[in-house]
Amino acid sequence: MLDDFFVRALLVGIGMALVTGPLGCFVVWRRLSFFGDTLAHSALLGVTLSYTTEINMALSVFVISSIVALILLKLQKKTNLPADALLGLLAHSSLAIGLVVIGLLATIRFDLMGLLFGDILAVNVNDIAVVWIGGAIILMVLKIIWKPLFASTVNYELAEAEGMKPEKYNAIFTILLAAIIAISIKMVGLLLITGMLIIPAAMARNLSDNPNQMVIFSIIGGLLSVFIGLFASLEINTPSGPSIITSGLILFILSLTKIKKKSQLNN
Amino acid sequence: MTQQNQTLVKLENAGVLVNEKWLVRGVSLEIKKGKIITLIGPNGSGKSTTAKITLGLYKNIEGRVEKFTNKIAYVPQKINIDWTLPIRVNDFMNLTSNLKKEEIETALETTGTPHLKNKDLKSLSGGEFQRVLMARAIAKKPELLVLDEPVQGVDFNGEIALYELIKKISDTLNCGILLISHNLHVVMSKTDHVVCLNGHVCCSGTPIDVANNEKYQELFGKDISKILSVYEHSHDHIHKIDGTIEKKEN
Repeated sequence: MLDDFFVRALLVGIGMALVTGPLGCFVVWRRLSFFGDTLAHSALLGVTLSYTTEINMALSVFVISSIVALILLKLQKKTNLPADALLGLLAHSSLAIGLVVIGLLATIRFDLMGLLFGDILAVNVNDIAVVWIGGAIILMVLKIIWKPLFASTVNYELAEAEGMKPEKYNAIFTILLAAIIAISIKMVGLLLITGMLIIPAAMARNLSDNPNQMVIFSIIGGLLSVFIGLFASLEINTPSGPSIITSGLILFILSLTKIKKKSQLNN
Repeated sequence: MTQQNQTLVKLENAGVLVNEKWLVRGVSLEIKKGKIITLIGPNGSGKSTTAKITLGLYKNIEGRVEKFTNKIAYVPQKINIDWTLPIRVNDFMNLTSNLKKEEIETALETTGTPHLKNKDLKSLSGGEFQRVLMARAIAKKPELLVLDEPVQGVDFNGEIALYELIKKISDTLNCGILLISHNLHVVMSKTDHVVCLNGHVCCSGTPIDVANNEKYQELFGKDISKILSVYEHSHDHIHKIDGTIEKKEN
């Protein structure tokens, strides 16, 4: 069964959606979408690193993204620049460095399009293992830190005053974000991974009135995006990664009609 | 009782310097079990800052803070809930604790808000939100309760009731309470110890000591000091207070 490229793609997609659903909710709640982009851009550097040193791609992307995330946390404390300027600085400079390094490695043939947009139809059994094992670890850690992380998302000072150690859990969350980017970069690519995090969560926001509900809807939205996107890709031969994201967008637009009905009832 | 006098937090000469400006400096105070300490002072006098020092929210402070409890509940002066976060009162009640359904309901009832349980947090009015914040803090059954202007936006009757509630909590839970308030005349009669701040500790002592203190009268003006005195007057220590008012008006 795993011989079939489509089944492999589905398995990887499902694994990803299960993880991006809850993580994406936190990205939306904490207004971290640009932060996710920055980590994704820095992933290019991680990819080139894996080509030159022949370490596993997910691992090298994870290491580089984590380093960039920690640099950002440090810079935020040290400088007076606003967070978005720092994010832009890190996103574009790490992307640029990644491209420069690719240029230097002229001997190695790079599939740049594949890196930017991913190719979920080309995943192998190894990739499935990376997504499912990595994803399970991310979800487990997220479950453990859920309470303090959520408390610090609602109000940092309240969480700190009542002993929830928000600084520590924010840092752990950042690492989880780097991890999901690392394991899914090959599937949807570095330009689209943040979409996978945000779009299902944004759709879920329109449909939910409490945090748990939003997480569940976000997972369902992600799964539906993967199914619809992949079948579209198979049937009408569209690129797989962008098809998944586009499906997510369609679901989001549909969710807008739901939100409209709700407010009409209230008025 | 030794338990009654157990110290929960102790500040010694505490101060915070932010952007080369002292928000507050030289604050010493001690919060004990079952006691209410009230911080008063004009805007910008460092009341909230002192509360935050007590809670350990500042990393670099001058002086010393010793904490002897981890069971802390905090009602901040203001709290903004991001609209991207769907959260009901019920979810908020459990933010930093794992309460049973009944515990949540009991706490909401004590602040007169059981009907808000399934409401979206963002749909609450200012006064309702304040009551929910109180309910959440009470439900935690803390040893130390820090209340930063807990009655703001609450209607007058509710305000009196909330102050009664604060006194009741301090008695039933035997917790130490650090209370920040602008409403001098309502608060002070229920307080064990008052600290008057103005960037530093201006004066401190029992409510009556502070009310009679010249520095306090200077800080708040004679009229307000009088309101306070009259309030005390109508309740106890008639002679003592009477004498003071006369002395002040001379």
